[in-house]
Amino acid sequence: MIEQYIPLILAILIALLFSLFLLKASSWFGPQRPNPEKLSTYESGMEPVRTARERFSVKFYIVAIMFIIFDIEVVFLYPWAVNLKNLIDLMGFFIIAEMFIFIIILLAGYLYLLKKGALKWD
Amino acid sequence: MTLEQITFIILALIGLTSALMLIIQKNPVYSVLLLILHFFALAGFYLLLNAQFIAVLQILVYAGAIMVLFVFVIMLLNLSNEEALKDPFNLRKIIASIFGVVLILQFGVFFFIKAKDDLNVTISPNSIEAGSIKKISEVLFSTYLIPFEVTSFILLVGIIAAIVLAKRKFE
Amino acid sequence: MIPDYLAEFFGNKFIGYLIAAALPLFLWILPYALYAVYAERKVSAFMQDRIGPNRVGPKGLFQTIADILKLIQKEDIVPASADKPLFVMAPYVIFAGTFAAFAALPFSSIYIGSNINLGVFYIMAVSSFSVVGILMAGWAGNNKYSLYGAMRSVAQIVSYEVPALLAIVSAVMVIGSLNLNEISEMQTAYFWNWWIFGGPVVGIKKFLLIIPMTIAFIIFFIASLAEVNRTPFDIPEAESELVAGFHTEYTGMKFAMFFLAEYGNMFVVSAISVSIFFGGWQSPFGYLGNSLGISWLIPVEQVFWFLFKGSLLVLVQMWLRWTLPRLRVDQLMTVCWKYLTPYAFINLVLIGIITLF
Repeated sequence: MIEQYIPLILAILIALLFSLFLLKASSWFGPQRPNPEKLSTYESGMEPVRTARERFSVKFYIVAIMFIIFDIEVVFLYPWAVNLKNLIDLMGFFIIAEMFIFIIILLAGYLYLLKKGALKWD
Repeated sequence: MTLEQITFIILALIGLTSALMLIIQKNPVYSVLLLILHFFALAGFYLLLNAQFIAVLQILVYAGAIMVLFVFVIMLLNLSNEEALKDPFNLRKIIASIFGVVLILQFGVFFFIKAKDDLNVTISPNSIEAGSIKKISEVLFSTYLIPFEVTSFILLVGIIAAIVLAKRKFE
Repeated sequence: MIPDYLAEFFGNKFIGYLIAAALPLFLWILPYALYAVYAERKVSAFMQDRIGPNRVGPKGLFQTIADILKLIQKEDIVPASADKPLFVMAPYVIFAGTFAAFAALPFSSIYIGSNINLGVFYIMAVSSFSVVGILMAGWAGNNKYSLYGAMRSVAQIVSYEVPALLAIVSAVMVIGSLNLNEISEMQTAYFWNWWIFGGPVVGIKKFLLIIPMTIAFIIFFIASLAEVNRTPFDIPEAESELVAGFHTEYTGMKFAMFFLAEYGNMFVVSAISVSIFFGGWQSPFGYLGNSLGISWLIPVEQVFWFLFKGSLLVLVQMWLRWTLPRLRVDQLMTVCWKYLTPYAFINLVLIGIITLF
């Protein structure tokens, strides 16, 4: 029930309070003497050029898509794996065949990615 | 009030505010972060419904994976400011408001007239079982076998679509 | 269980639970992080034939405490072009994520923050906190190094989550549980009952399981190194090209928070390995408390073994850091998608076949 998750909520709460305490402590003990030079963006000692928020390569997008797809696939494996012994008793080897088909279809996708060179980063 | 009710109210407040802020927000990166907060509130609702597995999935898949994709897409398109995308065409706004009002009315009718008595259901002990990973696996791989296998096709389509979209890069 | 005991002791459930939830932070994470940083410097010094810190305290034992005292007196700088709210929030998010993972670790049979059934899964899920935190930190700084570091870091963490989850799922097929406390309980008595040695299974199956389980552990360990951005996967903070990666713009205590979270995460991933493959809090050879007949000694020993095994794996991570050179970005992606992921799948099928016997 919901009581079971109280320690998790408390843990996050404690983490936040502790971080707050540490960061406050640094503002109690640390100096506060800002100047424009100090507050400028660090760029190896040069004057900062333009903004950092530029467009990024499409490669990152491909990585994210691949991650989502394989992540969801693995997530489907979890209920299957946790209860495997039980499921074999219930449904016999059919349960193995089910997962086999699921993986084979995604294997086709993986091989397609491999062939298209999407897994290369260059 | 029981602990469940208090949790529900807190989560509902977080969920609604973050959802609202996410739409009003002009900065897309802020929108994504508010979306994550909203996902966490949703995960909390799943926990309240004893759907532990779905709650963890909500965080793992949505707050973890989908969010990364959104951020990467924002970086890819350089959507630093939504102003540029603003649509001067006002008909869309009018149609959207009409649909919005109808939707709110429907919810009102549903909650206050149709489902008034159904809202006070207590959680049956069976539901605790039903949300567990073992129970889900038993149902998923027998009753919902076809949807499960179809999922792999949908994922396959996702892979191919992503490659086709970004194809020029690899040729 | 400790939380209930504390609740009874203070006569208030909330206070008891609050104190119980704070225990890992004050009794373990802080002392551990202080001495892990010290150990890292000593290990690196040893491997490079240097002496390492030796001025503050005997053999430099208080070096990290001095460092913390120094950092606390530093000015907290928020760059003018930074996005202030996100810049300030990022350390909180990262540290909360790390500590939330600690709340589900089974320190002993009587202490586990929250004994949830999906323990392993939950810890993998809250690691997404650190992804969010890294993105926030990198984007808010409005610094080219930060943003590049954050993007690389996130791409790497999410990529390596796939082999990590696959390695765990292949072990879970045999174990049949995701509850970390339950998994630890199974591997009772002697070290040959640890899952890396085939677990408490009898017969030929046990011997067949040793190799695939070891492979699963190695895959998980490599992937977890990448998840915590340790060498050889430390491209996100490659000093020679990206200064300090996503936390380039952070100073003083905020910087220390990222450091604390990094060392905390190193222990979390080690603790998952320990719980699944190395018997969790179980002693490798019976308990002293049992042979002496002192029952309260057993939980103490369990805590010791859990922390000892976890720290040992952290030490291995440090050893690797100072031994291996850094991988290039393309090598990093190749290792993940062309080697680890397929190997993890093959290993999964292998374990699946063994389970059928």
